[in-house]
Amino acid sequence: MNGFKILLVDDEIEFLETLMKRIKKRAVDVTGVSSGEKALEEIEKNPYDVVVLDVKMPGMDGIETLREIKRRYPLIEVIMLTGHASVEVAVQGMELGAFDYLMKPMDIDELLYKLEDAYKKKTLHEQKILAREKDVGI
Amino acid sequence: MDWNKFKSNGYYRSLTRNIFLTIFIVSIMPMVLVSGIILYQFQTSYHEKVNAHLEELVLKHKQNIDIFLKEKLSDIRFLGEAFNFTQLKDESVLQEILRNLQQEYGPVFVDLGVINSYGLQVAYAGPFKLGMALYATADWFQSAMQTDYFISDVFLGLRGLPHFIITVRKNWMGEQWILRATIDFVAFNNLVENIRIGETGFAFILNREGKFQTTQLLDIMPAKEPYMEFLKKGQGSIDKIHIVEKTGGSGNKNIYVAAFLKEGDWLLVYQQRSRDAFSDFEKALIVTLAIILSGGLGIITTAFILSRKMVDRVVSADQEKEMMNEQIIESGKLASVGELAAGIAHEINNPVAIMVEEAGWIGDLLEEEEFQQGKNLDEFQRALNQIRAQGRRCKEITQKLLSFARKTDSRVQEVNANELIDEIVALSAQRAKYSNVTIETDLQNDLPALHMSQTELQQVLLNLINNALDAMEKQGGTINISSKTVDSSVMIEVTDDGPGIPEANLSRIFDPFFTTKPVGKGTGLGLSICYGIINKLGGQLEVRSTLNKGSVFCVRIPLPEKKDNNLEEPSADSR
Repeated sequence: MNGFKILLVDDEIEFLETLMKRIKKRAVDVTGVSSGEKALEEIEKNPYDVVVLDVKMPGMDGIETLREIKRRYPLIEVIMLTGHASVEVAVQGMELGAFDYLMKPMDIDELLYKLEDAYKKKTLHEQKILAREKDVGI
Repeated sequence: MDWNKFKSNGYYRSLTRNIFLTIFIVSIMPMVLVSGIILYQFQTSYHEKVNAHLEELVLKHKQNIDIFLKEKLSDIRFLGEAFNFTQLKDESVLQEILRNLQQEYGPVFVDLGVINSYGLQVAYAGPFKLGMALYATADWFQSAMQTDYFISDVFLGLRGLPHFIITVRKNWMGEQWILRATIDFVAFNNLVENIRIGETGFAFILNREGKFQTTQLLDIMPAKEPYMEFLKKGQGSIDKIHIVEKTGGSGNKNIYVAAFLKEGDWLLVYQQRSRDAFSDFEKALIVTLAIILSGGLGIITTAFILSRKMVDRVVSADQEKEMMNEQIIESGKLASVGELAAGIAHEINNPVAIMVEEAGWIGDLLEEEEFQQGKNLDEFQRALNQIRAQGRRCKEITQKLLSFARKTDSRVQEVNANELIDEIVALSAQRAKYSNVTIETDLQNDLPALHMSQTELQQVLLNLINNALDAMEKQGGTINISSKTVDSSVMIEVTDDGPGIPEANLSRIFDPFFTTKPVGKGTGLGLSICYGIINKLGGQLEVRSTLNKGSVFCVRIPLPEKKDNNLEEPSADSR
């Protein structure tokens, strides 16, 4: 697609792999990791535009990871994936700055739309910041 | 467990007994103590008063009698001084003197006599022919010769009538002679007989031998023992008044008041039955006892009724508590089922998500050209769509479970009854299918929100639907759930066309612990809990049933009052 980079975080390897294959088939650059800790390491090494984060994971769970990502890289957009329709967790995620949330099993196209939207928002955000920096520079 | 079992329970019986005893003892003890003390004090002081009164009476009469005797004696002594033997020997003189005496003192002096030292009455004046009578052997003559003056006991003497005499011994020419006067027994008797008090009080005089000196009253024959005791005891204290209470021979308790007369020779005794003497006290005692008795009866009745009432309250409170506990357990169960459901939903969602993803991946691959020519492509597509559709179905089921679980919340909040009905119908659908029951809903679209706990409404609806399903388990049928606004309340009706409820059970259906289900299957609390929940909200739960036609359970829950005002704003917006 438009060459933006996606990081997929889910502890269910089978789900992760299949989803990665499907997204890649749609020509989106996607990487997958199986835990919150690994996700943070990965983001450290390579820049990502959007992170798709499962809420329920062993170790660092989705909410914690989200908080950490937003603290370190406020510009990265995060989409939450939940196994259950827990509105509280979703609301908590949104409050912490997640872009949106989806319930598993989700439609691949829906996910892709959300990803695109998230990316657009991120680019818009970045442009604004750049513009301001220029203003300040002058 | 039912009401009677509750009541016959040993715990409640002993509770009733304890409350009864406590009330009884606490109430009756002060009453008995106070009346007892007051009665005792009253008895003591009343006895003292009566005794003092009797003492006074007896003392006065003793003095009267003593004075009477002394007067008569001094009269005779004066005669003895004033006249000498020769003068008195003349019977005409003696008669003159007697007439004078009788004029002066009334018929107290019966006769006069002059007796020489040999006991011969030498002169006599009086109504009897006793001239020249010989008294040498008479007891009184012997005693009279010993002292200067003498008062005899009462005796019959020669005339054969009770009387007593006063004598004065004189010396004339070396010879002893005696002037004798007889005192009218009737006059003397009156002194004593006048002492009559009440019905049984009377007085008499005894001599040292215990012989009566006055007439005895015919109706009362006094027993002798008490007086003899007085005579024995009283020797040392002649001036004292003695009071004794004793049970006489006839079994009656008597009060005896005694005083010595004539320097201890005679005993004045006043006798009265105690009951008569203390009749006022007796009356007071009877009144008091009657009051205590009636008060006691009142206390017993009150204690009985009060303890029964209190225990009835305790029983119903206990029952309520039991029901509350059951309700809490039931909602607790519901909550834990909710939690479990949430866990299961999550666990199932993940594998389903993987399956759906894999199916999606196959679908993606089928898009590639090499597969497009495959002869089974349509079948593949169909199978994949089926997998996706079933995945979606799983997702829906778990979502229902999750949203049900989320609503196991006893906080009071805005509740959309229709949503809850839909959820519960969805949950019950599987069970209904097995029982061959169709569940229909007829819901009012713009049903206003209720202000209550979600769990509780859930519980009520679940119970009603489960009951309907239980009723139709064997034969199948239709359950219709409708919701609508009636006046200012929401009415939800659960109608089934099952076997219906027999008339006899209809009135007991909301009673706690009433169940027609086999032991261990139902607690008999379901409907009573529903009733409790709806009642608490100020609503109504009613049942109509026709045998073999079906039953209708009608729930009415009032809408919150404030809601009316708030509702106007959104409705204005919607216009």
